[in-house]
Parts: sequence; C-alpha cells; structure tokens
Amino acid sequence: MALPERQTDIGPPDYRQFLPPVIEKNYGKWTHHEILTPGTMVHYAESGDKLFTVRIASPRLLATDSIREFCNLAEEYCDGYLRFTTRNNVEFLVSDESKVDPLVAKLKADGHMVGGIGPRISNIIHTQGWVHCHSACTDASGLVKAIMDELHEYFTTKALPNKVRLAVACCVNMCGAVHVSDIAVVAVHRKVPVIDSENVRKACEIPTTIASCPTSAIRPNPKEKSVTINEEKCMYCGNCFTVCPPIDIHNPEQDGVAIVVGGKIGSLRTDPKFSKLAIPFFYNEPPRWPKVVDAIKNILETYKKGAKRHERVGEWIERIGWEEFFKQTGIDFTFQHIDDFTFMRDTLRTSAAFKY
Amino acid sequence: MEKSFQTKRGYWKHGGIVGVLGYGSGVIGRYSSLPEEFPGVAHFHTYRINQPSGFFYTSKALKEICDIWDKYGSGLTNMHGSTGDLVLLGTTTENLETLFAEYSSRGWDLGGSGSAMRTPSCCVGQARCEWAMIDTMDICNTVTQHFQDELHRPAYPYKIKNKISGCACDCVAAIARADVSVIGTWKGDIQIDQAEVKKYADSKMDIQSDVIDWCPTDCMSFDGSSITIDNSQCNRCMHCITRMTKALKPGKERGASILVGSKAPIVVGSLLSWVIVPFMKMESPFEEYIELLENMIEWWDDNAKPRERIGELIEVKGMRPFLEAIGVDPQPQQVYEPRKDPFFFWSESDFK
Repeated sequence: MALPERQTDIGPPDYRQFLPPVIEKNYGKWTHHEILTPGTMVHYAESGDKLFTVRIASPRLLATDSIREFCNLAEEYCDGYLRFTTRNNVEFLVSDESKVDPLVAKLKADGHMVGGIGPRISNIIHTQGWVHCHSACTDASGLVKAIMDELHEYFTTKALPNKVRLAVACCVNMCGAVHVSDIAVVAVHRKVPVIDSENVRKACEIPTTIASCPTSAIRPNPKEKSVTINEEKCMYCGNCFTVCPPIDIHNPEQDGVAIVVGGKIGSLRTDPKFSKLAIPFFYNEPPRWPKVVDAIKNILETYKKGAKRHERVGEWIERIGWEEFFKQTGIDFTFQHIDDFTFMRDTLRTSAAFKY
Repeated sequence: MEKSFQTKRGYWKHGGIVGVLGYGSGVIGRYSSLPEEFPGVAHFHTYRINQPSGFFYTSKALKEICDIWDKYGSGLTNMHGSTGDLVLLGTTTENLETLFAEYSSRGWDLGGSGSAMRTPSCCVGQARCEWAMIDTMDICNTVTQHFQDELHRPAYPYKIKNKISGCACDCVAAIARADVSVIGTWKGDIQIDQAEVKKYADSKMDIQSDVIDWCPTDCMSFDGSSITIDNSQCNRCMHCITRMTKALKPGKERGASILVGSKAPIVVGSLLSWVIVPFMKMESPFEEYIELLENMIEWWDDNAKPRERIGELIEVKGMRPFLEAIGVDPQPQQVYEPRKDPFFFWSESDFK
C-alpha cells in the first residue's frame, strides 16, 4: 500500500480544532471557578456558560489501550473532548452538567483516581527510569507506583495545608523538575565512574569529555589516549558518561536515591525556591522501595501537622528553620547536607540566632 | 523490566543517531544492550510528536494517533514528555519514515531534540483560566511555527527551551524548566468587586487570616466589609487573587515578564530564571517577543561553548554583555539587591 505524502515543517496541529465549543465561545472570557470536589471543578464565563472539568491521575506511561479507554469515556460523557495537564493528569471537559456525576461514578468504578485539585498532592511528575532511559540509576514508574499506593488518599480525598507537588527523577539530569518540587526523589550515584580506556579511545572526543566535568576532575591520559579521574574531586554527576559512554558511572549496588524538599514554582506569597536536600541516600529496593515511601510519608505528615493553612512545604520549613525541620522529622543531618558546590556561600549560617 | 528490577540497573544503550529524512530532531535512537536476550526491543526508538498547545485533543485525533502507533510501533506512550511532546516509545529504524509519512500527512509534525530549539509548551491559558493574563496557547503555537527550522535541525551549542505561563502560578513551571520563561502579569490596580468581598466575608472565609495576613508586601487591609489595596506596593504575587477569585481580578493592562536561564543541575548546578524584561505587551502576532527571542538566541549561539546553556553563559560572561546584546536596559527589577563588593567593570561607553 502506498504511503501518504509526507509534509515537513508544518508544526503541531492548530489547537483551536480540538477545543470544545464552550471553550471556543468563551475563550479569554472566564470570570471565576469553583472547586466542587477534589477531582471536579466548574469554570464560569461572562456569558453565563459553565464548563465542568473532571480530573484523574494517569501513570504518564500509557499504552494505546489506556488512551482509547479515555477516548471512549470522553465520547460517552463529553463529546470526545479531553486534555492532559502539565502534571500528566487526564481532564475530561464536560459541558453538560448532568453528565458530571455519572462520569465520576464510572471513573471510580473503573478504578481511576479522581482528584488532584486544590490543597492536595499532585500527580507525580517523573521520568523514564529503567523502562526506556540509558542513564537511569533507579526506576521512575516503579517508585511512583509505590509512593502513590501509600499516598493516594491525599490525591483523592484528604486535604493538606496547600498543594504539594511531588516528582521523581531517575538521574541528576532531572527531566522531571525535581529541583523545584515540594517533595521529590532524585536518583544519585556515589562512586567514581570506571573508565574503559580502550573504548574511550575509539568512541570519545577527549577535550569534550574533559570539558564536561563541572569540578575539573577529569585529566587527559596521553599514554592510553584516554582520561583519568581525580577521585577527590568527582561528585558523581555522570555528565562525563553522557558525553562518553565508556566512562561507566553505573554501580547497581551503590546507586540509589536522595530525597529533596521545599521547592516551589509559583510566586504566591513567597518567591520561587529550589528544593533542598533532606535525605542524601537510600539504596534501591525494587519493587517497592519501602524506606523511600516511609520517608516521604513522614515528611508529608510532619508538614501536615506543622504548617499553617496556605503554607507550602518550603514556606513551612523557612518559617520554622531547617534545624527545626530536621528535629521535627527526625531526619539525621550529615556532611552531605552542607553545600560544598555552587551554593556554599549562600547556605552557610552567618548568624548566632538559631534554634536547638 | 523484570531483569532491571532484579539487577537494579537499566539495559538501554546510549543514544544512536537515527531520524527521518531532512530532520535532525524528533527521533531519539534507543537500542537494548542485550539484543540477543531481548530481540523484541533490540531497536526501541523514541518518536516525539509536537503536542498541540495546552494538550487539548479530541478522541478522534487521539485514536488516530493510537492506530498508527499500534501498526508501526510498540503501543507504549508518554502523555506527555517533560518538555511537552507527545512521546511514542519503541519503534524500529525501518519504520521511522513510514511513521513520519502517516503522521505528518495527518498534520502531526515532530518535536525538537538534541542541540535544537525544544518544543515550546504552555499552560491551559485563556482556554479555561480566568487568571491567564496572556494568550499562552497562541504564543506557544506562534513561536513553535516561527522556529520550525530551528526545532527540526539542531544547529545550536545545546538545547534551548521556551515555556509560557499565563500568571505567576506558573502551571507549566516556566521559571524552573525553560531557558526562556514567559510569565503573564499586569500593570495597574487590582480590580476589586466589594459586593463579592462582602459575600466571601459572609461565607465561612476568614479574609484577615486567609488573605490579608499572607500578603507579602503588607499592602492590603480589610475593615470587616471591604478591602483596600495600596497598589503601588503590590508585587503581583497572586495569593489574594487566587483565594478570592470572584472578588479580586488582576489590573487591566496585561502583558508578561520575560525571564531567562533556568535549567536542571547538569552541568554547573540548577538555575531558576532571572528577570530580564519586567514587562512586555504580548499581542498577536507577538513580533516584539519573537525578535527578543531571536536576539537572545543569536548572542548565545555566537558565544556559548558546546553544551553550555544560556543561563550558564550569562554567568560566565556577566549580565552586561547579554543585556547590551539584546538591547535591554539595566533595571532594579532584575536583581534582589545591588552588588556588595566594590569591584566592578567600566566600559569605554561609560566615560562618554
């Protein structure tokens, strides 16, 4: 069978063709919205029109069968109109109010998590992990499943002081915005990479490899036409592996994950913030990573108990102080917590006013 | 996967150059390091489809995408990748041209990858949000169409990302995940509907403790029935507006702040974007913004080392050469505070 004629540089399809009529009509003319339940909200337009949104979590990694299932539901309840959110939720865009409750009931009956709107945990932004990435040093989908199985009530029903954005990154490349999440997991290496000089010689550009190191730990090794690594300087970021794969950073027994907390994107109340290190390391324990899950639950529940209404995790910690955060959560403070990279000057305390 | 779960490591090889004719972007080669043990996934390339603005779809369009993917690929997807693309995981080299013909003929082009302009992405914007100060979906679509060549044919020192959020809530995380971050904002007074304020007060809301006490600039007060705002002191953080959406609305002069530099930790630490242009009108066809974007990219492309992001380059070169190159004046909105030490550069132009 002949193939259809290819087209180049046409860009994405114009979004206007995918908007439900109620959005086309009221585009830019919404006046306010109300959160009806943790998984439903209604937007009101100047015209008096209403648009109902029903949100469910998705695992992001979707088979075409799952997408078809969403499509069939959209056809049955909202004329085929649906969208995905920036946090990989599925949203059904319902114009007919009478269809909202039946859709929610159907979604719940089918085992979907309806929720994620308002002061709750978000769907977990995450990366590819062992499913499809060459540089993963933990699995992303497996961790997300284990964490969500424990915390799902904070998505579907239970309220928190404010929203809590969760993320998992399967290496420090951080395809998943871990560096500005309320609570996040990032996989880390802890051992100096092993250099396979024979293949470095064949596959790598030596100057590029040397330049890739943020701590200038890589030196040329002219004898081998390869490189050497100064073990005292290496911070195991793996950037050399990215430009030169024969420098193997993977170490399945010593790779694992760190937990970072307190990041924030919006400017509401306080400025956006980076996430900071809470726990430097857990071993990878597939399939359920129980210690990681327990640690996240502990941080989340300590926040829930201690934070004021509207405070994000980072705002709560800044109010009480990090020394108090470590005390309340019972997390050990280690050498790894003290910055000796780019943010050292900003993070060492220069005041005698602190708590015990 | 089962093997990975037992041995605690992945079995995918690093990259590999594959693609479709005439493009350098959009397809990422992925090969198994154990092709004999797992022949079914020996070639398992990624095919990135440029998503429509705001991730809106009809079921008909999505089903068509699924049918083609089942025929020529694994059936596995990411809805969506972190940059924003609709990501299809797992096909072979020989199916790539077929996939491209099937998809592009139906209006679905490839997204960016490698050292190219990456697929721009935006929040839901004015399609369904009363706080969207700018038409994020139109900006995203217009920019994407304008930079098709730069998206599809990697010619830059490294990746460059562009994200557009309609307000300071920043639902697309522009300030953290885009080299060039556009965040909607306003000028002028917050519009207050005192009748609606009264309704909130009569409902269960404690306006003093839920709204007024959280104002970061202490510019609001509430006397039990109405709200007063000293707009000259408001920093437009959005807390009050998001808590009292019926009563408080942003000022009438709408536009965006343009910030530059954010990225994840690789190579020299994470960055959040820095304010470069405090306020810019954003009206279709967005020529002023696109020109600024082109000027920024040109300076970066001329000066950066391989794999250096624009934020890292500004750190190396200093803010002045960057601002001069793009024709933006120094303004106090760009910094938290002026420098502390008495070391600073002077240029010949300062002596005139």
